[in-house]
Amino acid sequence: MATGQIFSRNTQALFYNYKQLPIQRMLDFDFLCGRETPSVAGIINPGSEGFQKLFFGQEEIAIPVHSSIEAACSAHPTADVFINFASFRSAAASSMAALKQPTIRVVAIIAEGVPESDTKLLIAYARTNNKVVLGPATVGGIQAGAFKIGDTAGTIDNIIHCKLYRPGSVGFVSKSGGMSNELYNTIARVTDGIYEGIAIGGDVFPGSTLSDHVIRFNNIPQVKMIVVLGELGGRDEYSLVEALKEVKIHKPVVAWVSGTCARLFKSEVQFGHAGAKSGGELESAQAKNQALLEAGAVVPTSYEAFETAIKETFEKLVEEGKITPVSEVEPPEIPEDLSFAIKSGKVRAPTHIISTISDDRGDEPCYAGVPMSTIIERGFSVGDVISLLWFKRSLPRYCTQFIEICIMLCADHGPCVSGAHNTIVTARAGKDLVSSLVSGLLTIGPRFGGAIDDAARYFKDAHDRGLTPYEFVEGMKKQGIRVPGIGHRIKSRDNRDKRVQLLQQYAHNHFPSVKYMDYAVQVENYTLSKANNLVLNVDGAIGSLFLDLLSGSGMFTKQEIDEIVEIGYLNGLFVLARSIGLIGHTFDQKRLKQPLYRHPWEDVLYTK
Amino acid sequence: MARKKIREYDSKRLLKEHLKRLAGIELQICSAQVTEATDFTELTDKESWLSSSKLVVKPDMLFGKRGKSGLVALNLDLAAVAQFVKGRLGVEVEMGGCKAPITTFIVEPFVPHEQEYYLSIVSDRLGCTLSFSECGGIEIEENWDKVKTVFLPTEKSMTYEVCAPLIATLPLEVRGKIGNFIKGVFDVFQDLDFSFLEMNPFTLVNGEPYPLDMRGELDDTAAFKNFKKWGSLEFPLPFGRVLSPTESFIHSLDEKTSASLKFTVLNSKGRIWTMVAGGGASVIYADTVGDLGYASELGNYAEYSGAPKEDEVLQYARVVLDCATADPDGRKRALLIGGGIANFTDVAATFNGIIRALREKESKLKAARMHIYVRRGGPNYQTGLAKMRALGDELGVPLEVYGPEATMTGICKSAIDCIMSAA
Repeated sequence: MATGQIFSRNTQALFYNYKQLPIQRMLDFDFLCGRETPSVAGIINPGSEGFQKLFFGQEEIAIPVHSSIEAACSAHPTADVFINFASFRSAAASSMAALKQPTIRVVAIIAEGVPESDTKLLIAYARTNNKVVLGPATVGGIQAGAFKIGDTAGTIDNIIHCKLYRPGSVGFVSKSGGMSNELYNTIARVTDGIYEGIAIGGDVFPGSTLSDHVIRFNNIPQVKMIVVLGELGGRDEYSLVEALKEVKIHKPVVAWVSGTCARLFKSEVQFGHAGAKSGGELESAQAKNQALLEAGAVVPTSYEAFETAIKETFEKLVEEGKITPVSEVEPPEIPEDLSFAIKSGKVRAPTHIISTISDDRGDEPCYAGVPMSTIIERGFSVGDVISLLWFKRSLPRYCTQFIEICIMLCADHGPCVSGAHNTIVTARAGKDLVSSLVSGLLTIGPRFGGAIDDAARYFKDAHDRGLTPYEFVEGMKKQGIRVPGIGHRIKSRDNRDKRVQLLQQYAHNHFPSVKYMDYAVQVENYTLSKANNLVLNVDGAIGSLFLDLLSGSGMFTKQEIDEIVEIGYLNGLFVLARSIGLIGHTFDQKRLKQPLYRHPWEDVLYTK
Repeated sequence: MARKKIREYDSKRLLKEHLKRLAGIELQICSAQVTEATDFTELTDKESWLSSSKLVVKPDMLFGKRGKSGLVALNLDLAAVAQFVKGRLGVEVEMGGCKAPITTFIVEPFVPHEQEYYLSIVSDRLGCTLSFSECGGIEIEENWDKVKTVFLPTEKSMTYEVCAPLIATLPLEVRGKIGNFIKGVFDVFQDLDFSFLEMNPFTLVNGEPYPLDMRGELDDTAAFKNFKKWGSLEFPLPFGRVLSPTESFIHSLDEKTSASLKFTVLNSKGRIWTMVAGGGASVIYADTVGDLGYASELGNYAEYSGAPKEDEVLQYARVVLDCATADPDGRKRALLIGGGIANFTDVAATFNGIIRALREKESKLKAARMHIYVRRGGPNYQTGLAKMRALGDELGVPLEVYGPEATMTGICKSAIDCIMSAA
């Protein structure tokens, strides 16, 4: 492993697998330290490119996102640290790819559970190529006042509390990431603080070892003393013992190896870290503590006395005049995140969207307050769901069944009507489902399928004002408006629309009142006296019957009914229904592998 | 989560299957597993060699020295094997200070042999160590000076030349065979993510390598790559580790979640109980109670980490509290709800589950004269600690709360002082 400094105030990293919080914490740390450049140069998110917006102090900055490690490295040749937040399944492969980049010197692997054999390949490669691997299963490390990896040292409050925004004199290395944060706090309490802290991770074979970092710290002039927190299992501490015995380390080392409790367990025990396993006597905490003590390290009698040992060692260095007093700086204040400030009740912010029909925040989604399990368990139908999401209430079964009948009747009307035709032409042009569908839907309007609302509006207005069919129809004629819901290209007095008959029959059998439909029939009788094809069409039937549904069910106020008609709910029925048919036409054309449609010249009148 | 020992039966099953695939070597070994659930008639239908050969039977429980302990029976017929098993199933034995019943046996054909070879492969940080000896068997430790060792660095690949120093002194007629065998076994070792493998001994039957005794250890973090190759595989608990119902409840909880939940009762009559966040910190709390001289009062080891959900913490804390408050004897007890300063775990959120459990167990806590000591830091710790303080007042249970201003293990001393003080 390389010796000496691996980070500085200019170190920049590439961050693999975008995670908002750890990156933001790195940038907040940068700001706290007064760094001029953000410590994250680029993000690698396989399969996506662009930018991620993050805060650097009060300002927002855009950090480039790359889809591959190679692309990120060539775009940011000065970034030499690779922070790998990949899962344990893919961490080894991405780490190896990063190690092979000439610009990368340090790779930190956060994932826990990387297979040993994979880590060993990383170790071998890093050794041969003089690179540093931190982890796997680590939170990372920090050089105080300079650079920090991911979530290391926790919250900003903690970083300020532990004075990690400026360098102290202590080099610290531990296996446990959680305990490293605890020790930053302890060390800040009894010394002038951390110069650099590294968590090597709890695996059996960490990418770099306790002794690797201790030897490195020994070569960093600013580090005056070294604190080591080891753990039972493995023999890494013995290479530190060897280094001490061979007098390779010239700075005081305060060390503690945890896991003395293993002897309380009757059988072999595996603690939280993969490497923390009781093995032979040599791997026990007691044996390692003893060996470190004999090799010249300061070893307390228990973890509880660790703090005092660190304190005394530091004070001795102060007495010997070996510690240069740290110049204290006042770190700038980091603006609080809005989400956090809201959570703590300090500020409020207006919402930008309001929703009243459904809520997906709980254990299960709710439609108008009715949980999904109720909808399924009680056997709700599509009509019931429409009544919840459109009308925000559970309508009686006869109403929801009527809605379903409307949908079934309007689902399709052959390939020749304008909606289906457009869909067919679009599908045959090789467009996707959504394009084909909306191309058909876009034809729905005043001339095609969009007359239900207007029919309802005019019938309701005329009926409620007590106009006779004669007054209504002639009044419309005077205004130059065709009566919506009346008239059909093909159907006539003697060839009635079967769909209209079915709707009327259903309403007669189930609706408490059909006053609007009766009125529509009276209008039809009058218009039929004018022309044979001025029959009540399906739009007119649905429009008038829906008015009967709304007023007859007793579940809507007069004001609500006006609003429903005004907003145009009823055309929604047609749009929903016809989507079924249009999707069918799209699939039909695709299945039939129909080629691009071209309208024949012969069928066009070319003229001036 | 780490290196796990597997049964001899599985070691041999994997070796046989994959030695054929990777090295084209077909081992003539047969083994059958016998447990309480085994029906000998059914087993014989499947493994016909059981009724046609003389057999060996021994416990398959992850402990060694079975021959020296008189737990191996040789040259039996099937009926005698059944008799041997019947007499020992469920019977407690003591091995290396651990006492536990025998639940699993391995049965194999009895192979009379003279030559006993030793082979082991150990995965080390920078490579693998292969050891071989022509003087294997139960006297291997006495003959350790005859063991030859080679170290194969990770970046080098396995070749016949690598094995050469191991087998250099073997007679020419077996050297090639054994060299190829070692090379094949190493390929299996690598391909299946073994971290340790030992055959002591293997022999030659009709000139072909034949493992008689085998131990194996797999890296279970590699399970995601090896699902198919490993097949149905069991990772038994270490010998002597018999889970109590409460421990196995937590064990099953642990296996279902992405978080880590660990619980071991050390002394059910202990008066100091722990429930600590974090793999590193939990060990240190247990250490500290012991290092301060009160190991005998330590009730348990408990660790939760990896951001368990509130409901998981609740279920976990219930179990810890039930054990900690069992059989009140009028004397004071202490519960350490400890932890270091978290890097990213939301302290208030994890405390919610613990607080719910403490509330549920109010009367039990009082009956056991429980004194509770809390110490924790990290994101949102102020809220979490304030909730804990309020709970102490609400329940009227003695409860002291500390944050990062206090040392992590200071509450161990407080707890000891508390239980040792009069009244």
